[in-house]
Amino acid sequence: MGRFHTHTDGTVHTHHDDGHRHEHRDVGDHRGYTETGTVRVEVLEQLLSENDRVAAENRRTLRDAGVRSVNLMSSPGAGKTTLLRETLRRLGDGLRIGVVEGDIATSIDADRLVDFAHSVSLVNTSAGFGGECHLDAVMVRAGLQDLPLDDLDLVVIENVGNLVCPAEFDVGEDAKVMVFSVTEGEDKPLKYPVMFRSCELVLVNKVDLLPHLDFELDRFLDHLCAVNPAADVMLISARTGEGVDAWCDRLRRARG
Amino acid sequence: MTLVHELSLAQAIADTTARYADGRPVSSVQVRIGYFRQVVPDSLQFAWELLTDDSVLAGAVLAVEHVPAVVACAGCGAHSQLDLPVLACGACGGTDVTMESGDEFMIEAIDVAEVA
Repeated sequence: MGRFHTHTDGTVHTHHDDGHRHEHRDVGDHRGYTETGTVRVEVLEQLLSENDRVAAENRRTLRDAGVRSVNLMSSPGAGKTTLLRETLRRLGDGLRIGVVEGDIATSIDADRLVDFAHSVSLVNTSAGFGGECHLDAVMVRAGLQDLPLDDLDLVVIENVGNLVCPAEFDVGEDAKVMVFSVTEGEDKPLKYPVMFRSCELVLVNKVDLLPHLDFELDRFLDHLCAVNPAADVMLISARTGEGVDAWCDRLRRARG
Repeated sequence: MTLVHELSLAQAIADTTARYADGRPVSSVQVRIGYFRQVVPDSLQFAWELLTDDSVLAGAVLAVEHVPAVVACAGCGAHSQLDLPVLACGACGGTDVTMESGDEFMIEAIDVAEVA
């Protein structure tokens, strides 16, 4: 994404976004750009371009190994880990599944999965700046390096529970899937539109609790549709198993 | 949690700025962020000051242009600005809309001191 431009004195150069430094500080007259004394340097880079570059690398790595990948996101307590465990129990015989487990500080979730997955790689995000609340592409790259990709069919990236940050960070996955629980409230899509817009599938979890809650499913679905009309929805209960087979079938079909 | 989000973004801005500044003192950084990005302006400013305070970027102004979300309606042709993150036409309520702005997440330019 080079940016070619010409200065008034006729010098030309191109700006790159790939780690190239601006090497022309003494070339050309930039004074026309701003008041005397400062020089305006065009950047025109996406804010997360470095993350996106590594995400593209991850995507290539996964593709070269013939591995599909899902980035599983939700708020804390929506049931990602329980769903993942139930998913691994059902698919474990037919699909070789690796898990990249993102957690701020502990290995509790990874420990719950280790008996069911082909392999689990734990990424504690507190190694990043001040305890990151999401996985970024660099962390996932490290997680993928710990997995035997050539022996896997599918990698599930279990993101840190959070409805804001994970949505912004492409980590190189094939699909973003969200677990939303009916204990959370119908207006969540309007409050966290970035997250709900980023997903191709929303798994509405804990539907076994619906009779005990005031949660209005139709209202939630209207809000979801308003924010992301293209999203697919599946109703599930990781606890009772309702809908989990259908979700697993979808993962099987996505294979390869 | 939310501040950590802005900290990551401020860090990304600082890294890119440092790369383009190439050692020259930076007086300001121009950034465009769309309404749909859910960035809290005050949190971003706070995170920026926190991160740059003891660095070579200390004192550099983070100038953020917050870009409103605007959709164009295929049905009635109206262009409307969104107050809610609901993808619907403000004029006719139609949902066959395309986003014209609001997704911006761009570092546009930096102002650096001229080195003699």
